[in-house]
Amino acid sequence: MTDHTLDEEVATYDEWLDAIEAGEGFYLESPEGHGSLPPRRVCPHSGATDLSREPLSETGTVETYTVVHVGATAFDDDTPYISAIVDFGPVELTGVVRGVDLEAVAVGDEVGVTVETRETTDDRLVVFRPA
Amino acid sequence: MTSVRIAGVGLTPFGAHADRAGRELFASAALAAFEDAGVERRDVDQLNYGNFMGALAEQQGHQAPLMAEAAGLSCPATRYEEACASAGVAVREAVRTIRSGEADVVLAGGMERMTTLDTGKATAALAIAADELYEVRAGVTFPSAYALMARAYFDRFGGEREDLAHIAVKNHANAVDNEFAQYQTEITVEQALDSPPVATPLHLYDACPITDGASAVLLVSEAYADDHGIEAPVSITGTGQGGDNLALQDREQMAQTPATEIAAAEAYGEAGITAADVDFAEVHDCFTIAEVLAIEGLGLFEPGEGIAAAREGATTADGETPINLSGGLKAKGHPVGATGGSQIAEITRLLRGDHPNSDAVDDATVGVAHNAGGTVASAVVHVLEADQ
Repeated sequence: MTDHTLDEEVATYDEWLDAIEAGEGFYLESPEGHGSLPPRRVCPHSGATDLSREPLSETGTVETYTVVHVGATAFDDDTPYISAIVDFGPVELTGVVRGVDLEAVAVGDEVGVTVETRETTDDRLVVFRPA
Repeated sequence: MTSVRIAGVGLTPFGAHADRAGRELFASAALAAFEDAGVERRDVDQLNYGNFMGALAEQQGHQAPLMAEAAGLSCPATRYEEACASAGVAVREAVRTIRSGEADVVLAGGMERMTTLDTGKATAALAIAADELYEVRAGVTFPSAYALMARAYFDRFGGEREDLAHIAVKNHANAVDNEFAQYQTEITVEQALDSPPVATPLHLYDACPITDGASAVLLVSEAYADDHGIEAPVSITGTGQGGDNLALQDREQMAQTPATEIAAAEAYGEAGITAADVDFAEVHDCFTIAEVLAIEGLGLFEPGEGIAAAREGATTADGETPINLSGGLKAKGHPVGATGGSQIAEITRLLRGDHPNSDAVDDATVGVAHNAGGTVASAVVHVLEADQ
């Protein structure tokens, strides 16, 4: 035990959303080049603890998606919606695709990431829109 | 590795029992297990109890001592929570405790009460097995997470909705004569294809139902069985557990489930078997695609080949490797905290010859149970063997 304080430099989830919202999205990179998203003290791939903030690519490609027709209560007014996991290179992000017809999304589509709010509540939401 | 004997098993009927308190459900399963085993309740050293969402569905935490009391046990009781693999882990830790010599008799199993919640609230409750920050807040549900995996599988290996429909049809057919199954009715491929979408490509008939129910498995040491003249022809000869990143976005890929591969390798190794020795299996088919991922992860089919297994008849009751002869989670039902124990109970009955579908595996000696948590961030595999 050498340190009894939490490291203020470690990004929180909300700081990460703020950064995306400001157009300054980032990810955490380990010395081996693995990517992850905050809050992280340890790289989930390599176990490294010296993680640096690196700029997130402006666009990514849809790796997989689904059109959700039965959502959780907190997404009642958002349903139906497209959920997708998007590949940004060193990291993948999960969010909702907006700005395309429900049937028009496809694996490989190029999208950008923003932060918007849900229809059902005013909670913030990771949103992908066509690049 | 010392084997652990299955002295008795007990189940409640799976279905909608919203008017029955959880303690009553578990007590029913436990008493059935004691009757099956012929073991005295006072001999139980500990209760390993699986439950996932009791705090949300029944506003009841601290369930293990409550369930011990309900079952007439006066012994230490601990709840195991590993999402839908909770009872699988409870069984695994019971096996390890008996092997260590710390206990001779352990009651393991679980209970879940889910129909107390409407569909939206049940969907939200199940979703807490996913990553709260990066999945739940982004709108990922339990069905949509498996839908993301299904699309990734189709994209990598091929496959279509009709392949998945054949899995649902098979598992419904297997449940017809199972008195514990929630749906003892056959369905057709056309019905499955025509059912409404939940999260594409998964439709209603790709999904397991919302279920109330309980399971109990009474495990004893070889020495206890010998000393007390307990007839227990089925043993757990291998147990294994694997893990993975909780969120799908953090995994190397989504079309395979390495946690299952890790758990199977450990369990097979302990039992001294290979996948080729497995006669049949009960696998975690919370969604049809999950059965595909499971049978590939267990090594029963090569990656990319599991998708057509039901359609081609390889996994049907009269196929080479029957999968989910109980009806699986899909048709038998999925009270999440009880499921892992019910799989052990079904395999035990199938191997002993007292299951309605035992005729399908009358020469079988090796059955495998596969229980998964979340999107297989946890997997537990058990090898069960019948005395020759």
